[in-house]
Amino acid sequence: MSTIGEPFSEGASLAHRLDPRGKVVVAALFAVLMAVAQTYAATLAGLAVALICLALARLPLKKVVVRLLLVNSFIFFLWVVLPLTYPGEAVWRFGPLAATREGLIYTGLITLKSNAIIIALIALVATVPVVTLGQALHNLRLPDKLCHLLLFTYRYLYVFEQEYHRLVQAIKIRGFQPRTNLHTYRTYAYLVAMLLVRSYDRADRVFQAMLCRGFHGVFYSLRTFSWQGRDGVFVVASMLVLMTLGYLEWRLPSLLVRI
Amino acid sequence: MSEPLIELQNITFAYPGAPCPVFQDFNFQLLPGKHIGLVGPNGCGKTTLLHLIMGLLRPQAGKIVIFGQEVSKEKDFVAVRQKVGLLFQNADDQLFCPTVLEDVAFGPLNQGKPPAEAIRIARETMERLGLHGFEERVTYKLSGGEKKLVSLATVLAMQPQLLLLDEPTSGLDEQTKHRLMHILQDLDIAYMIVSHERDFLNHTVKECCHVHATCCTSA
Repeated sequence: MSTIGEPFSEGASLAHRLDPRGKVVVAALFAVLMAVAQTYAATLAGLAVALICLALARLPLKKVVVRLLLVNSFIFFLWVVLPLTYPGEAVWRFGPLAATREGLIYTGLITLKSNAIIIALIALVATVPVVTLGQALHNLRLPDKLCHLLLFTYRYLYVFEQEYHRLVQAIKIRGFQPRTNLHTYRTYAYLVAMLLVRSYDRADRVFQAMLCRGFHGVFYSLRTFSWQGRDGVFVVASMLVLMTLGYLEWRLPSLLVRI
Repeated sequence: MSEPLIELQNITFAYPGAPCPVFQDFNFQLLPGKHIGLVGPNGCGKTTLLHLIMGLLRPQAGKIVIFGQEVSKEKDFVAVRQKVGLLFQNADDQLFCPTVLEDVAFGPLNQGKPPAEAIRIARETMERLGLHGFEERVTYKLSGGEKKLVSLATVLAMQPQLLLLDEPTSGLDEQTKHRLMHILQDLDIAYMIVSHERDFLNHTVKECCHVHATCCTSA
C-alpha cells in the first residue's frame, strides 16, 4: 500500500468546504506579505491569523505538529549559524564565537515568518486534494504547462514509489543487507539508476498511450467549480485582514516614530 | 472481396542497435470483421507489429495501408489513432488521469466532443463493461483487473473501428478473464489479440496467426 498520503485534504470543516480558488489566492497573497514583512508586529499578527485559520480547519493536531517540526528542523540550522555570523552588538560570547543581538532578532523574525506561512498553507492549501488544486490553478488561468506538471508529478510519484518498492524487494529477497562497503554503495547506485531508467521508459510509454488516444497537446478539464456566497465573504474578509497586516507593517512604524 | 482494413507491404523494421531486424519484407493483411489472434515466442515481433500499425514505430522500408489510405507521416497516424484503439500490455502505461471518469473521457475530448457528451460516452462505455460506480475512483489505486478493464474502457470510449489488444489477459484472474472474454465476444468490430493463452484465444478469435520475420502463417 502507498505511503504517500494527503492527511490534511480530507475533512468537512469550513476550511475544507471553501472554493479552492479563493483559498489559493488568499494563501498566495498572505505568503507574499509575510515574506516581505520586516516588523515583529506584522509577523506576530500574521502568525495569529494563520493559527486561527488552522483552528478553523480542525486538522489532526498530531500530524500538524509533526509537519511543523519537520519544517522547523531546517530553521534550527539558521539558529546555529545566523546569530553567530550576523554583524552587530555581541550579547553572548563563547570562546572566539559571539552571538549578536541583531542576529537573534533577525533569526527570530525568520522563524515567525516561516511558521506563519507554513501554518497558513497547511490550513488553506493542504486542505485541497492535489488533484483539485491542479484543476483550480488551471481554472485561475495559470499556464497549462505548470498545472500539468503539477498533476503529472503527483500522479507519477505513486509510480515511482511502486517501482522503488519493487526494486527494494528484489534486492531484499536475495539477501541484501546494507553495510558500509562498496557493494552497498554500488547496489544503491544501481537502484537509483534503475529507477531513473525505468521511469524514463514508463514516461515514454505513457506518452505513446496518450498519442494513441488522440492527444494533441491540449488537456480538457471536466471539473467545474462553484463559487458560493461564503467564498465571497471569505475572500473579502481575508482582504481586510491582509490590509490590516499591511497597515501594521508599513503605516504603524512610521506613526510610532512620529509620536 | 472487400478491401483490407490493414495492409503491410514489404515492411522492414529493426530496433536500433539490434543485430537482426524484427521484420524483413514482412507482409500482412487484416480483413474487415475479422478476429485474429497473434501468437509466437517472446520477441518475435507481436507488440512491434501493433506499434507499427499505430505509428508509434516507423518501418525502415515498406508501405502501410490502413482503411485504404497509405500512412507514413505522423499526421497520417493521428487520423489512424482516431479509428484504431490499442490496449497496452501494462495498464499503468495507459491510465494517467487522476480519476477513472476523466481517463475514460480523455479520448472523446481529444476527438473534439464537448465535455457533457464526453462524460455521457464515458459513462455508457463504463456501464457496458460493468464498471458502474467507478467514475470517481482514483486510477492508481485500482486493482490489476480493474485497471485492465478501465484501460479497455478508455480505448472503447473512442468508438474505434478496429481494436488491437496486447496481452490483455496478463495478470488477470479467471473471473476477470471470463468477463473480458464476454466483452470481446459482444464487440461488433474487428480486433487482433496478442496472447500466449490458447484457451482465451479459442474463445475470442476464429483464427490464429504465427508471427514470423517475413509473414504471418496460420497456426
